[in-house]
Amino acid sequence: MTAQILSIPGSSKSRFRTGGVSAGGLAIPALIALGVFFVYPITLIVWLSFTSPEIGFGHYLSLLTDGVTVTVMLRTIAVGLIVGLATLIIGYPYAYSMTVVSPGWRTVMMTMVMLPFWVNIIARTFAWFILESRGGLIDQFFQALGINGVVLLNTWGGVAIAMTQVMLPFMVLPLYTQMSTIDRGLLRAAGSLGAKPVASFARIYMPLSLSGVMSGFSLVFVVALGFYITPALLGSPDQALLSQIIATRVQKLLDFPGAGAAGMLLLVVTLIILGVLNWLVRQANPLMKRGAA
Amino acid sequence: MTVKHNSVSLRARRQPNLPIWLRAWNVVVMALLILPVLIVIPMSFSDARNFSFPPKGFSLRWYENFFTSAKWTDSLFTSLQVGILTAVLATVLGTLAAVSIARMSPKFSGFLSGLYMAPMIVPGVIFAVAIYAVFLRWQLVGSLFGFVAAHTMLALPFVITSVSSSLSGYNPGLTTAASSLGAGPVRAFLTVTLPLILPGVVSGFVLAFVTSFDESVVSLFLQTPNLETLPVNMYNAIATEIDPTVSAAATLVILVTTILVVLVQVVPGRNKRK
Repeated sequence: MTAQILSIPGSSKSRFRTGGVSAGGLAIPALIALGVFFVYPITLIVWLSFTSPEIGFGHYLSLLTDGVTVTVMLRTIAVGLIVGLATLIIGYPYAYSMTVVSPGWRTVMMTMVMLPFWVNIIARTFAWFILESRGGLIDQFFQALGINGVVLLNTWGGVAIAMTQVMLPFMVLPLYTQMSTIDRGLLRAAGSLGAKPVASFARIYMPLSLSGVMSGFSLVFVVALGFYITPALLGSPDQALLSQIIATRVQKLLDFPGAGAAGMLLLVVTLIILGVLNWLVRQANPLMKRGAA
Repeated sequence: MTVKHNSVSLRARRQPNLPIWLRAWNVVVMALLILPVLIVIPMSFSDARNFSFPPKGFSLRWYENFFTSAKWTDSLFTSLQVGILTAVLATVLGTLAAVSIARMSPKFSGFLSGLYMAPMIVPGVIFAVAIYAVFLRWQLVGSLFGFVAAHTMLALPFVITSVSSSLSGYNPGLTTAASSLGAGPVRAFLTVTLPLILPGVVSGFVLAFVTSFDESVVSLFLQTPNLETLPVNMYNAIATEIDPTVSAAATLVILVTTILVVLVQVVPGRNKRK
């Protein structure tokens, strides 16, 4: 978008470039920093995972056959899907409302989403630590109902619940961004042609919002797979998620090649699942295939 | 005229559009977003030595503990130091990068902005492990420079995004005008471009500071007993020490970030509308 706006006065653009320092030169400091402190480290551990101590897929094979990593991986994917689905169900009506309410209310609703987004993740996880621990509010609530011992701390379910709350902004923001581009005139047109509100919502609005759903779901899913603080504080070693395994390998064993291999595995599986989801949605929704949405 | 009439009638129709169950749902979601954060605040005034809720008694002992224990104040000082250095570095690098992206052909700028955003997308724990591996070799673990360098990578995307959005409203003809009047490129940037994109630069600076001040995963790996940031100390207080001082620390952190983020949302918004 930036480039588009700047390139509208076509002739002035080239003069702008010759008038200043050449464009590439300004980017050099940031590129060097990014190369040294980001690209190189990531490349190094990926490289190590294939070459240290010997060249080959040894680390990957041992991860797939050690009997633990695959279980942990499946649990991590399950938590990612659950959190993605839960945030979608909770966030969809909220994001929809944001496109309909008055500008004042929209600001309030937006601020409510943005504030937790920026509040320290440890502070937010600490709040769930209090809520989920033995004798915490959740335990007290269920005791009042006559159900004892609902202690979510140290279970992956407790981790999933906290992560759902923590990631809600990641779902609402892309959903809202996409939904605000949907032409509501289409709904009125459907209504004037005799469609009931529920029918026009289900047959017109929902398919049009599907690309927003996909980007929200993908974002939450990807971030959830790599989440570390919440599982580390609320989970337990025997119900660990993959990020905990990666961290433990490094902190306890300094096993960088193994950690790199686990990280790569995580990345590959993530991409495969996202690809499949994307394909399924495109199959189900002809609107997206044509790029109309 | 017709447009105005249209939007008014639209808005009039909009309000009753939201059914009561949807309003109730939104209230519940807002509560879900905010209440679990706020629960930390009453905890910090508790008199008890544990994390039980609702808190028993009232005291300021955890605040007293926070401000009198060298461990907590040192980590707060470290976090402020790292945060400010990161914000300065990320703002300088990010502003230059954003200006260069704006001047490039779309082909290059697309690739470069993708590259700059990468630290935001790569899972935190993978970046943490990778930078830890490199810093062990370079002996930068537990050093101020190490923290600043790693945090700058994570803060850059926010600076670039925020400066770029300011630049999208900037007319490059102004730079041409300045240079045709004899200003050198540096002078033209400092006296013409920079003042106009300042809101974006300032909010980038603040967001970079907040990113560093909140950063936990990378810091957990780079910490040494001699150099810990505040989030690292908070993590250890929950995970290993069960030290209720963490609730006072969390409340202070929530307060500081809320003020800064609200400032960022309010201030540039006003400038844009001018």
